[in-house]
Amino acid sequence: MKHLLSTADLSREEAIAILDIAEEMRETGTRQVKKLPALRGRTVVNLFFEDSTRTRISFEAAAKRLSADVINFSAKGSSVSKGESLKDTAQTLLAIGADAVVIRHPDSGAPARLAATDWIGLPIVNAGDGTHEHPTQALLDAFTLRRQLALREGVSPLGRGLDGLKIAIVGDILHSRVARSNLWLLNTLGASVTMVAPPTLLPVGASAWPCKISYSLDAVIESGVDAVMMLRVQGERMRAAFFPNPREYSRYWGLDDTRLKALEAKGHDTLILHPGPMNRGLEISSAAADSPASMVLEQVTNGVAVRMASLYMLLSGDLI
Amino acid sequence: MNENSQHDVARTVLTGEDIERVLTRVAFEIIEANKGTEDLVLLGIPSRGYPLAQRLAQRIAASTPNQLDPASLVGQLDITMYRDDLRHSTTRTPAPTRLPAGGIDGKVVVLVDDVLYSGRTIRAALDALSDWGRPRIVRLAVLIDRGHRELPIRADHVGKNLPTAKSEKVRVHLAEIDGSNEVIIEASA
Repeated sequence: MKHLLSTADLSREEAIAILDIAEEMRETGTRQVKKLPALRGRTVVNLFFEDSTRTRISFEAAAKRLSADVINFSAKGSSVSKGESLKDTAQTLLAIGADAVVIRHPDSGAPARLAATDWIGLPIVNAGDGTHEHPTQALLDAFTLRRQLALREGVSPLGRGLDGLKIAIVGDILHSRVARSNLWLLNTLGASVTMVAPPTLLPVGASAWPCKISYSLDAVIESGVDAVMMLRVQGERMRAAFFPNPREYSRYWGLDDTRLKALEAKGHDTLILHPGPMNRGLEISSAAADSPASMVLEQVTNGVAVRMASLYMLLSGDLI
Repeated sequence: MNENSQHDVARTVLTGEDIERVLTRVAFEIIEANKGTEDLVLLGIPSRGYPLAQRLAQRIAASTPNQLDPASLVGQLDITMYRDDLRHSTTRTPAPTRLPAGGIDGKVVVLVDDVLYSGRTIRAALDALSDWGRPRIVRLAVLIDRGHRELPIRADHVGKNLPTAKSEKVRVHLAEIDGSNEVIIEASA
């Protein structure tokens, strides 16, 4: 694996290998000495052209737990505001001595551009680009699902996929890189995905995606799913009126208290995932966000393990 | 591998029975060095060190009058993240580390591996061990010592000293992993 740009590039074997390595990485988070010396002397640059708290902190924690040095770069307060190009910024990082670049960028394709050109020649990790992909988020979602279901069945999660699972991805699909990355990865791992959204928040061409599409969250809950992934309504990317008002969105597409009860009434424990940050009261109610089925904090913990596994795989040789 | 080459020679140096006898002797050596089984913890290094540690633990537990549970003696210590060749070799998938319920603080830890060669694996194991706790004593038991050390490390308990050339390969087969029990030395031309 040279770069981690898109979950569509991952084979089933590669995806399972990352999840398996992440299982071992997660274990080190539970012991007294949480650090591993695997990347000692290497430098990871977090290149963030877009705001982020959990992803940047998660990558920083992951790199530090592997003993790498971390340089954090955010576009605000940097020479980017003076008009420096992506190429010049990246080459500056190379000159400083970076060994890998984690990049988040508001423009789709920026990480792929860094990887495809000969500007720096370092391993690139896509930490979210525009409305395109966010592969480590999808990996941590898959990791969380796999781990929880294995715990429930009392078996080891190692080596397993997500075969036969039914997963609903709900909300602002149009602007969501998380939904896209999850769709490819969940399909690779054998799960079946239903996208649930108002028609205005589905992209043109979504009908060609390998998933079912539904406009009714209630019908999907009634049909029975193993997990629901709620997506954040991305107000900052909305330049048109996609729904009449927040209350209507919440009423039709939000995981509110009534739907939480409907999920619980179905009997089997449906897991609730949200990539964060949550708009409580809009796409998810407080009761749902804080319910025992909510994996939100578990997702954050697992995010560090998955990012450790990704950095480890990119900065050591090829997988055997 | 070139099947037509007449120089490839595989020779069995320990049969399954030999391995059993050797492990019985090493188990008693460990008890003797420890003056009993008190505070004893056997940690196998994946992949083949772990089944060897289990076999040693069974023998040690069986030798005590008060029917010790072998599972309380034995664990597995993964060293992947502590290797000094991570940057140069292919990516290795780490294995789980499992310590016995009593932990390793203040214990007598015997590291168990199949073949002692450069000593680099054991160096990594010592680093890994210090991240899990502080044993009172650390000892090393290996099935085969083939020489060619690159670090100042020696084993306390050796199943068999096997003089080898660097070009030769020593392969340990254990029923738990490979389906058969034997130690083979392969000389490539």
